[in-house]
Amino acid sequence: METPNLSYIEAMSNGDKAFEDKIIQIVKTEFVTERRQYEDFIDQKDFKKSAQMIHKIKHKISILSLQKSYAIAQHYEESLLMGNTELQTDFESILDSIQDFLNRI
Amino acid sequence: MKSIIIDDEATARAIISQLCATYKDIEVVEEFSNAIEAIKYLNQNEVDLVFLDIHMPDFTGFDFIQTLQKPPKIILTSSDVNFAIQAFEYCCIVDYLAKPITPERFQKAIEKVKTVSTTTPKVNTPEDALTNTDELYINIDKRLIKIDIPSIYMVEAKGDYIDLKTDNKNYTVHSTLKKIQSKLPTNMFLKVHRSYIINVSRIIDIEDNSVLINKEVIPVSRQNRQKLMQRLNLL
Repeated sequence: METPNLSYIEAMSNGDKAFEDKIIQIVKTEFVTERRQYEDFIDQKDFKKSAQMIHKIKHKISILSLQKSYAIAQHYEESLLMGNTELQTDFESILDSIQDFLNRI
Repeated sequence: MKSIIIDDEATARAIISQLCATYKDIEVVEEFSNAIEAIKYLNQNEVDLVFLDIHMPDFTGFDFIQTLQKPPKIILTSSDVNFAIQAFEYCCIVDYLAKPITPERFQKAIEKVKTVSTTTPKVNTPEDALTNTDELYINIDKRLIKIDIPSIYMVEAKGDYIDLKTDNKNYTVHSTLKKIQSKLPTNMFLKVHRSYIINVSRIIDIEDNSVLINKEVIPVSRQNRQKLMQRLNLL
Protein backbone atom coordinates (compact mmCIF):
# COMPACT_ATOMS: atom_id res chain seq x y z
CA MET A 1 0.00 0.00 0.00
CA GLU A 2 1.33 3.47 -0.89
CA THR A 3 2.22 5.75 2.00
CA PRO A 4 1.41 9.44 2.48
CA ASN A 5 4.19 11.99 2.10
CA LEU A 6 4.73 15.74 2.15
CA SER A 7 6.35 16.17 -1.25
CA TYR A 8 3.48 18.27 -2.65
CA ILE A 9 3.35 20.53 0.40
CA GLU A 10 7.13 20.95 0.34
CA ALA A 11 7.03 21.84 -3.35
CA MET A 12 4.27 24.35 -2.67
CA SER A 13 6.08 25.93 0.25
CA ASN A 14 9.27 26.56 -1.72
CA GLY A 15 11.20 26.50 1.54
CA ASP A 16 8.67 28.56 3.47
CA LYS A 17 8.58 26.58 6.73
CA ALA A 18 5.84 28.75 8.22
CA PHE A 19 3.54 27.92 5.30
CA GLU A 20 4.41 24.21 5.59
CA ASP A 21 3.48 24.21 9.27
CA LYS A 22 0.32 26.19 8.60
CA ILE A 23 -0.93 23.92 5.84
CA ILE A 24 -0.15 20.76 7.82
CA GLN A 25 -2.09 22.13 10.76
CA ILE A 26 -5.08 22.97 8.55
CA VAL A 27 -4.98 19.52 6.93
CA LYS A 28 -4.84 17.87 10.36
CA THR A 29 -7.78 19.86 11.69
CA GLU A 30 -9.93 19.55 8.59
CA PHE A 31 -9.20 15.87 8.12
CA VAL A 32 -10.43 14.97 11.60
CA THR A 33 -13.64 16.95 11.09
CA GLU A 34 -14.29 15.64 7.60
CA ARG A 35 -13.63 12.05 8.63
CA ARG A 36 -16.00 12.34 11.58
CA GLN A 37 -18.70 13.85 9.36
CA TYR A 38 -18.17 11.15 6.74
CA GLU A 39 -18.57 8.44 9.39
CA ASP A 40 -21.71 10.06 10.77
CA PHE A 41 -23.28 10.25 7.32
CA ILE A 42 -22.32 6.64 6.56
CA ASP A 43 -23.87 5.52 9.86
CA GLN A 44 -27.04 7.40 8.88
CA LYS A 45 -26.85 5.79 5.42
CA ASP A 46 -26.95 9.28 3.92
CA PHE A 47 -24.86 8.35 0.90
CA LYS A 48 -25.19 11.69 -0.87
CA LYS A 49 -23.72 13.61 2.04
CA SER A 50 -21.12 10.86 2.60
CA ALA A 51 -20.05 11.31 -1.03
CA GLN A 52 -19.76 15.08 -0.48
CA MET A 53 -17.39 14.45 2.42
CA ILE A 54 -15.35 11.99 0.36
CA HIS A 55 -15.05 14.69 -2.27
CA LYS A 56 -13.48 17.02 0.30
CA ILE A 57 -11.24 14.30 1.72
CA LYS A 58 -10.06 13.45 -1.81
CA HIS A 59 -8.21 16.75 -1.96
CA LYS A 60 -6.26 15.82 1.17
CA ILE A 61 -5.51 12.41 -0.33
CA SER A 62 -4.03 14.10 -3.39
CA ILE A 63 -2.13 16.64 -1.31
CA LEU A 64 -0.48 13.73 0.50
CA SER A 65 0.52 12.30 -2.91
CA LEU A 66 -1.61 9.15 -2.66
CA GLN A 67 -2.46 8.61 -6.30
CA LYS A 68 -3.84 5.07 -6.12
CA SER A 69 -5.83 5.92 -3.03
CA TYR A 70 -7.24 8.93 -4.85
CA ALA A 71 -8.52 6.66 -7.61
CA ILE A 72 -10.19 4.41 -5.02
CA ALA A 73 -11.78 7.42 -3.30
CA GLN A 74 -13.01 8.73 -6.64
CA HIS A 75 -14.57 5.38 -7.48
CA TYR A 76 -16.09 5.08 -4.01
CA GLU A 77 -17.57 8.60 -4.22
CA GLU A 78 -19.27 7.75 -7.50
CA SER A 79 -20.42 4.31 -6.28
CA LEU A 80 -21.93 5.72 -3.09
CA LEU A 81 -24.14 8.05 -5.10
CA MET A 82 -25.67 4.87 -6.52
CA GLY A 83 -25.94 3.32 -3.06
CA ASN A 84 -22.99 0.96 -3.53
CA THR A 85 -20.79 0.66 -0.41
CA GLU A 86 -18.46 -2.04 -1.76
CA LEU A 87 -15.34 0.13 -1.42
CA GLN A 88 -16.07 1.28 2.13
CA THR A 89 -13.42 -0.91 3.78
CA ASP A 90 -10.75 0.07 1.25
CA PHE A 91 -11.54 3.75 1.65
CA GLU A 92 -11.54 3.59 5.43
CA SER A 93 -8.12 1.87 5.37
CA ILE A 94 -6.87 4.88 3.44
CA LEU A 95 -8.31 7.16 6.12
CA ASP A 96 -6.52 5.11 8.82
CA SER A 97 -3.26 5.38 6.94
CA ILE A 98 -3.62 9.17 6.61
CA GLN A 99 -4.59 9.53 10.27
CA ASP A 100 -1.49 7.53 11.33
CA PHE A 101 0.69 9.72 9.16
CA LEU A 102 -0.82 12.97 10.43
CA ASN A 103 -0.39 11.79 14.02
CA ARG A 104 3.32 11.18 13.38
CA ILE A 105 4.20 14.51 11.77
CA MET B 1 -5.57 42.51 -9.35
CA LYS B 2 -8.00 42.31 -6.50
CA SER B 3 -8.97 38.69 -5.98
CA ILE B 4 -11.21 36.59 -3.80
CA ILE B 5 -11.14 32.87 -3.08
CA ILE B 6 -14.33 30.85 -2.69
CA ASP B 7 -13.87 27.31 -1.44
CA ASP B 8 -15.54 25.38 1.35
CA GLU B 9 -12.22 23.74 2.17
CA ALA B 10 -9.73 25.72 4.29
CA THR B 11 -6.82 23.67 2.90
CA ALA B 12 -7.67 24.70 -0.66
CA ARG B 13 -8.04 28.35 0.34
CA ALA B 14 -4.64 28.31 2.07
CA ILE B 15 -2.93 26.77 -0.96
CA ILE B 16 -4.45 29.24 -3.44
CA SER B 17 -3.63 32.12 -1.12
CA GLN B 18 -0.02 30.91 -0.91
CA LEU B 19 0.19 30.65 -4.69
CA CYS B 20 -1.21 34.18 -5.07
CA ALA B 21 1.35 35.52 -2.60
CA THR B 22 4.10 34.71 -5.10
CA TYR B 23 2.64 37.30 -7.52
CA LYS B 24 3.14 40.96 -6.65
CA ASP B 25 0.18 42.07 -8.74
CA ILE B 26 -2.37 39.73 -7.14
CA GLU B 27 -3.94 40.77 -3.88
CA VAL B 28 -6.31 38.35 -2.15
CA VAL B 29 -8.77 40.73 -0.49
CA GLU B 30 -11.16 38.13 0.95
CA GLU B 31 -11.69 34.41 1.35
CA PHE B 32 -15.09 32.75 1.61
CA SER B 33 -16.11 29.27 2.66
CA ASN B 34 -19.46 29.57 0.90
CA ALA B 35 -20.77 31.24 -2.24
CA ILE B 36 -23.62 33.13 -0.61
CA GLU B 37 -21.29 35.21 1.56
CA ALA B 38 -19.22 35.93 -1.54
CA ILE B 39 -22.28 37.13 -3.47
CA LYS B 40 -23.06 39.60 -0.69
CA TYR B 41 -19.47 40.83 -0.80
CA LEU B 42 -19.52 41.21 -4.59
CA ASN B 43 -22.74 43.20 -4.40
CA GLN B 44 -20.80 45.90 -2.58
CA ASN B 45 -17.23 45.47 -3.79
CA GLU B 46 -15.52 45.11 -7.12
CA VAL B 47 -12.89 42.48 -7.73
CA ASP B 48 -10.89 41.54 -10.80
CA LEU B 49 -10.53 37.82 -10.28
CA VAL B 50 -12.34 35.04 -8.46
CA PHE B 51 -10.89 31.63 -7.63
CA LEU B 52 -14.02 29.56 -7.49
CA ASP B 53 -14.49 25.99 -6.32
CA ILE B 54 -17.22 24.31 -8.33
CA HIS B 55 -18.08 21.49 -5.99
CA MET B 56 -19.64 23.05 -2.91
CA PRO B 57 -22.65 21.66 -1.06
CA ASP B 58 -26.03 23.30 -1.70
CA PHE B 59 -24.75 26.05 -3.98
CA THR B 60 -22.28 25.13 -6.71
CA GLY B 61 -19.77 27.36 -8.44
CA PHE B 62 -21.98 27.42 -11.54
CA ASP B 63 -24.99 28.48 -9.45
CA PHE B 64 -22.79 31.27 -8.11
CA ILE B 65 -21.85 32.53 -11.58
CA GLN B 66 -25.51 32.61 -12.64
CA THR B 67 -26.32 35.05 -9.86
CA LEU B 68 -23.72 37.63 -10.93
CA GLN B 69 -24.81 40.49 -13.15
CA LYS B 70 -21.27 41.48 -14.11
CA PRO B 71 -19.05 38.50 -13.30
CA PRO B 72 -15.35 39.26 -12.96
CA LYS B 73 -12.78 36.92 -14.47
CA ILE B 74 -13.05 33.52 -12.88
CA ILE B 75 -10.61 30.67 -12.46
CA LEU B 76 -12.46 27.50 -11.56
CA THR B 77 -10.89 25.02 -9.19
CA SER B 78 -12.04 21.45 -8.66
CA SER B 79 -10.90 17.94 -7.88
CA ASP B 80 -13.34 16.81 -10.51
CA VAL B 81 -12.36 17.42 -14.13
CA ASN B 82 -15.79 16.30 -15.34
CA PHE B 83 -17.07 19.85 -15.00
CA ALA B 84 -14.49 21.28 -17.39
CA ILE B 85 -16.73 21.04 -20.46
CA GLN B 86 -19.52 22.94 -18.72
CA ALA B 87 -17.02 25.72 -17.96
CA PHE B 88 -16.83 26.60 -21.67
CA GLU B 89 -20.42 27.82 -21.50
CA TYR B 90 -19.35 30.85 -19.47
CA CYS B 91 -17.37 33.64 -21.10
CA CYS B 92 -16.15 34.91 -17.72
CA ILE B 93 -14.31 31.64 -16.96
CA VAL B 94 -10.69 32.09 -17.92
CA ASP B 95 -9.24 28.77 -16.80
CA TYR B 96 -9.93 25.57 -14.97
CA LEU B 97 -7.47 24.27 -12.38
CA ALA B 98 -7.59 20.66 -11.23
CA LYS B 99 -6.70 20.11 -7.58
CA PRO B 100 -4.12 19.71 -6.27
CA ILE B 101 -2.96 22.85 -8.02
CA THR B 102 0.69 22.98 -8.98
CA PRO B 103 2.67 26.26 -9.11
CA GLU B 104 3.43 25.67 -12.81
CA ARG B 105 -0.21 25.23 -13.78
CA PHE B 106 -1.21 28.14 -11.58
CA GLN B 107 1.26 30.37 -13.38
CA LYS B 108 -0.28 29.47 -16.75
CA ALA B 109 -3.72 30.37 -15.43
CA ILE B 110 -2.52 33.75 -14.21
CA GLU B 111 -0.88 34.44 -17.58
CA LYS B 112 -4.21 33.68 -19.24
CA VAL B 113 -5.98 36.10 -16.91
CA LYS B 114 -3.51 38.83 -17.85
CA THR B 115 -3.92 38.13 -21.57
CA VAL B 116 -7.69 38.30 -21.33
CA SER B 117 -7.44 41.64 -19.54
CA THR B 118 -5.69 43.20 -22.55
CA THR B 119 -8.55 42.22 -24.85
CA THR B 120 -12.21 42.81 -24.18
CA PRO B 121 -13.70 39.77 -22.57
CA LYS B 122 -17.35 39.07 -23.19
CA VAL B 123 -19.02 38.73 -19.86
CA ASN B 124 -22.38 37.29 -19.02
CA THR B 125 -24.97 40.02 -18.80
CA PRO B 126 -28.39 39.75 -17.17
CA GLU B 127 -29.84 39.62 -20.68
CA ASP B 128 -27.56 36.69 -21.51
CA ALA B 129 -28.62 34.99 -18.32
CA LEU B 130 -32.24 35.27 -19.30
CA THR B 131 -31.70 33.89 -22.74
CA ASN B 132 -29.42 31.14 -21.46
CA THR B 133 -31.61 30.06 -18.61
CA ASP B 134 -35.12 30.09 -17.31
CA GLU B 135 -33.92 30.44 -13.76
CA LEU B 136 -34.13 33.19 -11.17
CA TYR B 137 -32.48 33.20 -7.75
CA ILE B 138 -34.21 34.78 -4.78
CA ASN B 139 -32.69 35.51 -1.40
CA ILE B 140 -34.69 34.13 1.51
CA ASP B 141 -33.23 33.75 5.01
CA LYS B 142 -29.66 34.00 3.68
CA ARG B 143 -30.32 31.22 1.17
CA LEU B 144 -30.46 31.70 -2.56
CA ILE B 145 -33.35 29.68 -3.88
CA LYS B 146 -33.61 28.79 -7.53
CA ILE B 147 -36.99 29.46 -9.18
CA ASP B 148 -38.03 28.15 -12.56
CA ILE B 149 -39.27 31.36 -14.27
CA PRO B 150 -42.06 29.78 -16.38
CA SER B 151 -43.51 28.31 -13.17
CA ILE B 152 -44.16 31.84 -11.84
CA TYR B 153 -47.75 32.75 -12.61
CA MET B 154 -47.92 36.09 -10.82
CA VAL B 155 -46.06 38.56 -8.62
CA GLU B 156 -47.85 40.79 -6.15
CA ALA B 157 -46.39 43.88 -4.46
CA LYS B 158 -46.89 44.05 -0.69
CA GLY B 159 -45.21 47.13 0.76
CA ASP B 160 -41.45 46.55 0.88
CA TYR B 161 -41.98 42.92 -0.17
CA ILE B 162 -43.27 40.99 -3.13
CA ASP B 163 -45.20 37.74 -3.17
CA LEU B 164 -43.86 35.53 -5.89
CA LYS B 165 -46.37 32.81 -6.71
CA THR B 166 -45.34 29.64 -8.53
CA ASP B 167 -47.08 26.37 -9.31
CA ASN B 168 -45.44 24.67 -6.35
CA LYS B 169 -44.90 27.32 -3.74
CA ASN B 170 -45.28 31.00 -2.87
CA TYR B 171 -42.30 33.10 -1.77
CA THR B 172 -42.23 36.43 0.05
CA VAL B 173 -39.11 38.35 -0.92
CA HIS B 174 -37.75 41.73 0.16
CA SER B 175 -37.80 43.44 -3.24
CA THR B 176 -39.87 45.67 -5.49
CA LEU B 177 -42.13 45.00 -8.43
CA LYS B 178 -39.90 47.20 -10.60
CA LYS B 179 -36.82 45.17 -9.73
CA ILE B 180 -38.34 41.77 -10.40
CA GLN B 181 -39.92 43.04 -13.61
CA SER B 182 -36.43 43.80 -14.92
CA LYS B 183 -35.44 40.19 -14.24
CA LEU B 184 -38.40 38.58 -15.98
CA PRO B 185 -38.64 38.03 -19.75
CA THR B 186 -40.90 40.69 -21.27
CA ASN B 187 -42.38 38.25 -23.77
CA MET B 188 -43.76 36.18 -20.90
CA PHE B 189 -44.68 38.69 -18.18
CA LEU B 190 -46.72 41.89 -18.12
CA LYS B 191 -47.46 44.43 -15.42
CA VAL B 192 -51.26 44.69 -15.43
CA HIS B 193 -51.68 46.80 -12.30
CA ARG B 194 -49.38 48.85 -10.06
CA SER B 195 -49.35 45.90 -7.66
CA TYR B 196 -49.39 42.94 -10.05
CA ILE B 197 -47.22 41.33 -12.72
CA ILE B 198 -48.71 38.30 -14.42
CA ASN B 199 -47.45 35.50 -16.62
CA VAL B 200 -49.57 36.18 -19.71
CA SER B 201 -49.39 32.58 -20.91
CA ARG B 202 -51.11 31.45 -17.69
CA ILE B 203 -54.28 33.51 -18.12
CA ILE B 204 -57.44 31.42 -17.94
CA ASP B 205 -59.90 34.15 -18.83
CA ILE B 206 -60.36 37.92 -18.89
CA GLU B 207 -63.46 39.71 -17.75
CA ASP B 208 -63.86 43.48 -17.76
CA ASN B 209 -61.00 44.81 -15.64
CA SER B 210 -59.67 41.54 -14.24
CA VAL B 211 -57.92 38.35 -15.30
CA LEU B 212 -58.23 34.87 -13.84
CA ILE B 213 -54.97 33.00 -13.20
CA ASN B 214 -54.76 29.83 -11.10
CA LYS B 215 -58.09 30.51 -9.37
CA GLU B 216 -56.96 34.05 -8.50
CA VAL B 217 -58.69 37.13 -9.85
CA ILE B 218 -56.16 39.87 -10.61
CA PRO B 219 -57.22 43.47 -11.25
CA VAL B 220 -56.16 45.10 -14.52
CA SER B 221 -55.78 48.85 -14.47
CA ARG B 222 -57.32 50.89 -17.26
CA GLN B 223 -53.98 52.06 -18.61
CA ASN B 224 -52.56 48.51 -18.73
CA ARG B 225 -55.64 46.87 -20.20
CA GLN B 226 -54.74 47.99 -23.70
CA LYS B 227 -51.21 46.55 -23.40
CA LEU B 228 -52.70 43.29 -22.24
CA MET B 229 -55.18 43.15 -25.12
CA GLN B 230 -52.36 43.77 -27.61
CA ARG B 231 -50.55 40.72 -26.27
CA LEU B 232 -53.49 38.40 -26.86
CA ASN B 233 -53.98 36.29 -29.90
CA LEU B 234 -57.58 37.38 -30.47
CA LEU B 235 -59.86 35.65 -32.91
